[in-house]
Amino acid sequence: MKRIQLLLGVAGFGALAVMGWSAGQQSDLVIKFLGAGKPTIALPDFRGAGGAAQYADVFNKTVFDDVQRAGVFTMAPKSFYPLNPPQQESDLRTPAAPEPARRNAPPPVAKDCGGRCLSDWASSPVSAAYLGFGYASEQNGQFVVFGHLYNPTIPDLNGARLFRKLYNGELNENGARQVAHQYAADILNQLGVASLAGSKVYFVSDRQGRGTKEIWSMDFDGSNEKRLTSFNSITTMPAVSPDGTRLAFTTFAKGQPRLMMYSTVTGRFIPFLNPQASVNAQPNFTPDGKNVLFASTADPRFMNIYISDLDGGGLRRLSNVRAVEAEPKVNPKNGHDVLVVSGRGGMQQIYMMNIDGADPVRLTTGEGEASNPAWNPNGQHIAFSWTRGYAPGNWNLFIMDVSSRETVQLTHGEGRNENPSWAPDGRHLAFSSNRTGKSQIFTMLADGTEVRQLTTQGNNYMPVWVK
Amino acid sequence: MKRNQIALILMVASLLLVSAGCKKKVPAPPPPPPPPAPVQVQEKPKAAVINSFTAEPSTIVKGESSTLRWSVANSTTVTIDGGIGTVQASGSRSVSPTENTTYRMTASGAGGDAVAAVTVYVTTPPPPPPPVEAPKPSLEQRLSEVQDIYFDYDKSEVREDARAILQKDADAIKAILSDFPSAVITLEGHCDERGSAEYNLGLGDRRSTSAKEFLAQVGLPADRLKTISYGKERPACTESNEACWAKNRRVHFAGAQ
Repeated sequence: MKRIQLLLGVAGFGALAVMGWSAGQQSDLVIKFLGAGKPTIALPDFRGAGGAAQYADVFNKTVFDDVQRAGVFTMAPKSFYPLNPPQQESDLRTPAAPEPARRNAPPPVAKDCGGRCLSDWASSPVSAAYLGFGYASEQNGQFVVFGHLYNPTIPDLNGARLFRKLYNGELNENGARQVAHQYAADILNQLGVASLAGSKVYFVSDRQGRGTKEIWSMDFDGSNEKRLTSFNSITTMPAVSPDGTRLAFTTFAKGQPRLMMYSTVTGRFIPFLNPQASVNAQPNFTPDGKNVLFASTADPRFMNIYISDLDGGGLRRLSNVRAVEAEPKVNPKNGHDVLVVSGRGGMQQIYMMNIDGADPVRLTTGEGEASNPAWNPNGQHIAFSWTRGYAPGNWNLFIMDVSSRETVQLTHGEGRNENPSWAPDGRHLAFSSNRTGKSQIFTMLADGTEVRQLTTQGNNYMPVWVK
Repeated sequence: MKRNQIALILMVASLLLVSAGCKKKVPAPPPPPPPPAPVQVQEKPKAAVINSFTAEPSTIVKGESSTLRWSVANSTTVTIDGGIGTVQASGSRSVSPTENTTYRMTASGAGGDAVAAVTVYVTTPPPPPPPVEAPKPSLEQRLSEVQDIYFDYDKSEVREDARAILQKDADAIKAILSDFPSAVITLEGHCDERGSAEYNLGLGDRRSTSAKEFLAQVGLPADRLKTISYGKERPACTESNEACWAKNRRVHFAGAQ
């Protein structure tokens, strides 16, 4: 396999985000997963005053997690931090003026001031390019944080300051977490990286027992889990409309598997007319939000791909092959390319066809079995599960550049790794893995690092990460 | 009648006595009249009288017995035919005739004979009642005799060894469908855990459809066979090894009325 590098680096990503990964750039796109060139950040813990003290830990942990998970910074090891970090701007001192430099002499070395000088952070061993500091306090019954971000490599205090900002939240754990997400988002913004804070993950859980599965949602960091359905049946394979207002899924509640739709705004069910078929499953919305693709046995011989209006009307057949086809996924950028898992050539592989069903091409090599394709929001990369190189059932996650077919393997046999779903930032993936025993939802950076486990109760599957 | 007159007189006299007693002393009653002269009846020899002759019960089932009872007066001999012979003037006798039998009684008396007859009717017993029925097996019990059929990995063709089983299943299902006229048989398609859950919905559907086509070809009514694919959602076995996977790649038969 050719060596592939995906430019997730700071400068590169910022540029790409702005330029939209144009076609010209893409052909010689250098994809780099190694994370070289990430600037180092130091985030000394904030201390809390009064009633805010008890929530300082939650705040610090959340900020650190958000920033680390974003994968755009190298986190300076905390053990390297000076012992006396600043809490407010007035704590900052300029190092004692060194001896005036003489002509042709080496530059003077700043003196250590225990953390109160920016140079303490910029110099070895911390070697940070970014320093976040501040404190939390209780004010009028609110959790208030005064957060700062400095570039410690700039000696001038005013020039070094990137931002300082007051944040207010409720005086409880949730408030501290929300404030932390906001502060972390502002730090990430400095690198042109969108924060994941506020994004949600829909997923399937069997934690209710009795062989049932229901659709759940949670915040991107695993907090705030909520059960959305209660059919006491097998309810699975969720999809969310591009505007986030509709949740569609597959349920056995009425016997044979069929599609159902639910408004995330009103919490009510939206009628959807299922075709007469033994299987209607795996909904996927088009990017304009006007149609839904799904797998169906409307022609009873083989499960194939169909498209309909949002209410199930206007049914059309997209694929017509004598093989099982599943998991249609429309390109979110152009609304034209449809990924599909097909057994038309033998074992299941990932194919791409036009939204009218024409011109199917196989994307995976034909080795092993491939499934669970997921479009990156950029419409150019996909993540998917593949057993290539492993026995059937041993799924690993891969990323592919659709235009070049180049792939990168992200997991390497740590249990079954399935159903990758891209985060709204296009840089993270949620997926399920049974690497710790039961199947759980994890997130990671798209280079396979920064792995976090989000769920712990029961078995959890099929995450869908949305704004 | 003289007796009546006497009685009347006695009665009037006693009434007078009572009424007299209520008033005042009456004179002593006259002496009673002399008793009437005894009627001189010519002693004629008496004829035999059969007071009763019954059979209880009068109708028996073959093998049962009936009791003859009789009471005869003024007889010198009493005989009953039908193999009973001479009997006493009053008595009973148990009889077990095997067919309708009329018993004749002849009572001979000095003054004449009397004859009576009683018939014992014999019915043949009805045929035995039907044997107590074993409780009818439920649809579920009947379906437990219909064997699952198994498939190769990622395959939905009915294997050679499965065809023989499916043929047996077809016979069993045919009988079940006729015994349960409203029943519909559900063919559940299942897969092992290795393929993706999404693809397996289609594969399980293929397996149940293959089995349905086979059953329809051998003459089962397709409209009473329904398919459902569970993919890998309802494993029969949950271990991760080939023995377990093989058990999960199956079509299972369920039913509803």
